[in-house]
Amino acid sequence: MSGKPKLTYFNGRGRMESVRWMLAAAGTEFEEAFLETKEQYQKLIKDGALLFDQVPLVEMDGMKLVQTKAILSYIAGKYNLYGKNLKERAQIDMYVEGKSDLMGMVLTYPFSPPEEKEKKLALINERATTRYFPVYEKALKQHGKDFLVGNCLSWADVHLLEAILMIEELKPNVLSQFPQLQGFKARISNIPNIKKFLQPGSQRKPPPDDAYIATVLEVLKSD
Amino acid sequence: MAGKPKLHYTCGRGKMESIRWLLAAAGVEFEEQFIETKEDLEKLRNDGFLLFQQVPMVEMDGMKLVQTRAILNYIAAKYNLYGKDLKERAQIDMYVEGTTDLMGMIMMFPFQPAEGKEKQLALIKERATTRYFPVYEKVLKGHGQDYLVGNNFSLADVHLLEAILMVEELIPDGLSQFPVLQGFKARISNIPTIKKFLQPGSQRKWPTDEKLVAQVKQIFNI
Repeated sequence: MSGKPKLTYFNGRGRMESVRWMLAAAGTEFEEAFLETKEQYQKLIKDGALLFDQVPLVEMDGMKLVQTKAILSYIAGKYNLYGKNLKERAQIDMYVEGKSDLMGMVLTYPFSPPEEKEKKLALINERATTRYFPVYEKALKQHGKDFLVGNCLSWADVHLLEAILMIEELKPNVLSQFPQLQGFKARISNIPNIKKFLQPGSQRKPPPDDAYIATVLEVLKSD
Repeated sequence: MAGKPKLHYTCGRGKMESIRWLLAAAGVEFEEQFIETKEDLEKLRNDGFLLFQQVPMVEMDGMKLVQTRAILNYIAAKYNLYGKDLKERAQIDMYVEGTTDLMGMIMMFPFQPAEGKEKQLALIKERATTRYFPVYEKVLKGHGQDYLVGNNFSLADVHLLEAILMVEELIPDGLSQFPVLQGFKARISNIPTIKKFLQPGSQRKWPTDEKLVAQVKQIFNI
């Protein structure tokens, strides 16, 4: 038992990617076990490792943590990425929840049938540019500080950078109307731990491809 | 401005109901402003009250809180219903995510087209009795304590009771295989603040009926 957190998930982004980002931002090394077959998954369930029979699973500090939000909240709390008081935490929670809604759309996009993809992409772009990005643009403009909440790096900043980069992969000019966010993106990307995570060879996963989609569908398919 | 929390939502359960439960459990009085028309929603949006143009929204402690999880977490922490340390909070978070997934299915049920309802009901029953309830049954049986986490009343207990009652409204014998949960249900229902909330005349909302479904569709353009 190395003491490092151990992540169990598919060898791809999905819901675990936000956890990888957070651990990387916190400068915490982690191990990964990749789910490749249905049998592996069934074994995890049978061994009682998955509280609700679902992944992501993160084993850390003697716990088998499941449910992405619970995992991220724990990491944020442990590594001081959750604000300094209850009100800051509420701010961070609100910002993170907003981005999660947006990222949820991006997460399911590769699994959409081809005929729906164009429509979904348009919706992602619309939501990003009219509902979500304007909020963060305004927040940064208003307080003029480097970070979203409390002038300190938090979960909200890490999550926003992740969201920006994911949407840019689908819509390269999505930040064109958001100068504050462009500055934010450059700034947060330059934080040493994050810069390292953004370099080739890190544990950051590539965008989902056909092989990834096929693996997920195969592993999770019901009998 | 000390004031009571003020809840902005439709006059129905939806995503706000868990918040009503938690405030009630904490013994906190609250006011409600009901969204009845599209114009009511537009006004909130135009006044800049809704961070992501969505409700629930709860005005409390000088903030306009949105996003259900953010609101619940804030209330839980403020009123000591969130465990005593980070690890207990993680436990509570995990349990609440489970009951959120289950209640999410039930919340969507009235909005299903008629031909999908039977299948959806069967899925709700299957998930409740094979994925979710067994987990909480096992947890409670495992430690033998009155509450899910840390031997102390928390958000996890409130949320589970809410989920149990919602399931039972659709599936009356939903708890038949879960004796420990039956005891839990009786015990938590008897906590004075919760008992009060379960009585007629409280701010607890009715199950969603066709009239509310129509109103919600109209207001939110679904």
